[in-house]
Amino acid sequence: MSKQTKRLIRIIIAGAALLGVALIPRLLGHPLTGWWELGAYLAVYALIGWDILWKALRNIIRGQVFDENFLMAVATIGALCLREYSEAVAVMLFYQVGEWFQSAAVNKSRRSIASLMNIRPDYANVMRDGELVQVDPEQVAVGEQIVIKPGERIPLDGQVVEGSSTLDTSALTGESVPRKVDAGKDVISGCINLTGMLTVQVAKEYGESTVAKILDLVENSSSKKAKAENFITKFARYYTPAVVIAAVILAVVPPLFLPGFPFGEWISRALTFLVISCPCALVISIPLSFFGGIGGASKQGVLVKGSNYLEALANTEIVVFDKTGTLTKGTFAVTKVESKLNSKEELLAVAAYGESYSNHPISQSIQKAYGQEIDRSRVEKAEELSGLGIRAVVDGKTVLAGNSKLMDKFGIAYDSPDTAGTVVHIAVDGVYGGYLLIEDEIKADSAKAVEDLKKVGVKETVMLTGDNDAVGRRVAETLHLDKAYTELLPADKVEKMEQLMTEKSPKGKLVFVGDGINDAPVLARADIGIAMGGLGSDAAIEAADVVIMTDEPSRIATVMKISRKTLRIVRQNIVFALAVKAIVLVLGALGFASMWAAVFADVGVSVIAILNAMRALRVKNG
Amino acid sequence: MKKTFALQDLDCANCAAKIENALNNLEGMTKATVSFMSQRMTVEAPDDKFDDLMKQVKKTVRKLEPDVIIKA
Repeated sequence: MSKQTKRLIRIIIAGAALLGVALIPRLLGHPLTGWWELGAYLAVYALIGWDILWKALRNIIRGQVFDENFLMAVATIGALCLREYSEAVAVMLFYQVGEWFQSAAVNKSRRSIASLMNIRPDYANVMRDGELVQVDPEQVAVGEQIVIKPGERIPLDGQVVEGSSTLDTSALTGESVPRKVDAGKDVISGCINLTGMLTVQVAKEYGESTVAKILDLVENSSSKKAKAENFITKFARYYTPAVVIAAVILAVVPPLFLPGFPFGEWISRALTFLVISCPCALVISIPLSFFGGIGGASKQGVLVKGSNYLEALANTEIVVFDKTGTLTKGTFAVTKVESKLNSKEELLAVAAYGESYSNHPISQSIQKAYGQEIDRSRVEKAEELSGLGIRAVVDGKTVLAGNSKLMDKFGIAYDSPDTAGTVVHIAVDGVYGGYLLIEDEIKADSAKAVEDLKKVGVKETVMLTGDNDAVGRRVAETLHLDKAYTELLPADKVEKMEQLMTEKSPKGKLVFVGDGINDAPVLARADIGIAMGGLGSDAAIEAADVVIMTDEPSRIATVMKISRKTLRIVRQNIVFALAVKAIVLVLGALGFASMWAAVFADVGVSVIAILNAMRALRVKNG
Repeated sequence: MKKTFALQDLDCANCAAKIENALNNLEGMTKATVSFMSQRMTVEAPDDKFDDLMKQVKKTVRKLEPDVIIKA
């Protein structure tokens, strides 16, 4: 039987006993009196409150006075002295109910977040001396080969050597469509292998692998506390002593000046104060709300590294995007071939051979468009002309491939197509051969991302890019971004950020969204740095405050909504708890609120605040 | 140096807050956080003082919440 069940059983028995003691003798027509009454109530009181009394005593010995156990002990013993037996037992009983409820709620939300993050692999099947052995993932070294059977979780990051399969990445990305992999592809730990057997060469040891990093990040997120949390901790430090001092004054001062009232009445009112003096409702429900919000966000594939960032996101005023890899896919594709040679295929072949020694993304996209093996022996003397393009000798002919400046330099006339993509002009032996148009595709949900951000009240959306002006403008216009700064060097990006930071209001926050590869300084400079497609990119996971695992910019608005909802819940709880407590304190001082009302103010408010806080965990899709 | 410890049987939020306050008042402590939700304690202090400080940390935790067990 768990600790919780035991506690619940004790509460139920004590509750039944209290009812029995209070009702049965009366129903039988023989109300308990004198020592019999005291004895019966004391027995129930001892059953439900012995541990509180013990803790109170132990803490006094250790010099810890203002602690809720002590306050509960004083309030209930005081009530017993005033012969308010049933109140004394009830206060203790309800206090225990509240405590039980708190731990149940916290355990439940902890468990639901744990299951969400249930990506920890239990074992790895590793090939050693020609045999497959099952070992702890931490004991596998880089370079070893592991085998993942269908249904198993990938334990370590690596590269597929053999086999093909589909992977369920939903635990990491929230993405439900399985991902296809085959030999040569990189796989990340935490995904579940669905269909085929895979042999993977380990690329990172467990501590460095994706799954370990994500778990570490989620587990440590609650150590970065939000302002609201720190406020409550400070508040709690003064609240309890203040209420206790008020209670003492209430018990001692009025009877001295108002001779008409008996001491007992004022002491009873003072005890009411003590019952409300615990700030539990606030102290527990606020971290619980943030914890729930962070959990809800991770369910959506967004990792938030701390409550402080979740809190800050609500006040986002300016969102700055990096273009490549964030709004666009970051993969270039040849979208148009304009040939002056015999055929388009011929131009593409010349371009592919000319660019075959370059590993620039643009030349790779040309290779991909050509789609055939390159026979490197046909290429001689390939050289890269920085900022211009490439000059190479292919089959004895001099091929020039590059931008318009390259054509100008060699005095070759060329077409100037009216498009925004990157144009690669080709010339063969000094004669213009045509051009290829290469474009970076915009992500499917980028437009929705910008639209959603406007809907949630972001004032300005800005794009920064190192790309050329025409390309940048076209993307910005397609997506309806407010501003676009183009042709920026990395240092310029930081400068633009500084400038944008001065444009926001003092409370407003600036969010920078990048793919985390070249923008670490900008990520760090922004109020909140969001990295896209954190999967596999260590730099992103480390530099950013928020990691969007799904690669979808539309998740920014989603996490902002979660942030707002969390803060709304936090505010509701602060206002509600303080208001109820203040009202009951005033009524108690005036003699209108009994100890029963005080019990409600304490336990009832805690329970309601916790239930409210648990809403933060529930997140609607989209 | 920064180290994280699991706290077992930390069962009241206010106690977590109290422990955090007390730890931050220890001499030489750079920063301490106690998270009730994740049942974790993070201690950050200069390397040369860390071991001495950890003794103080253990003492403080034992004093405030005798039931809590610190696990590395």
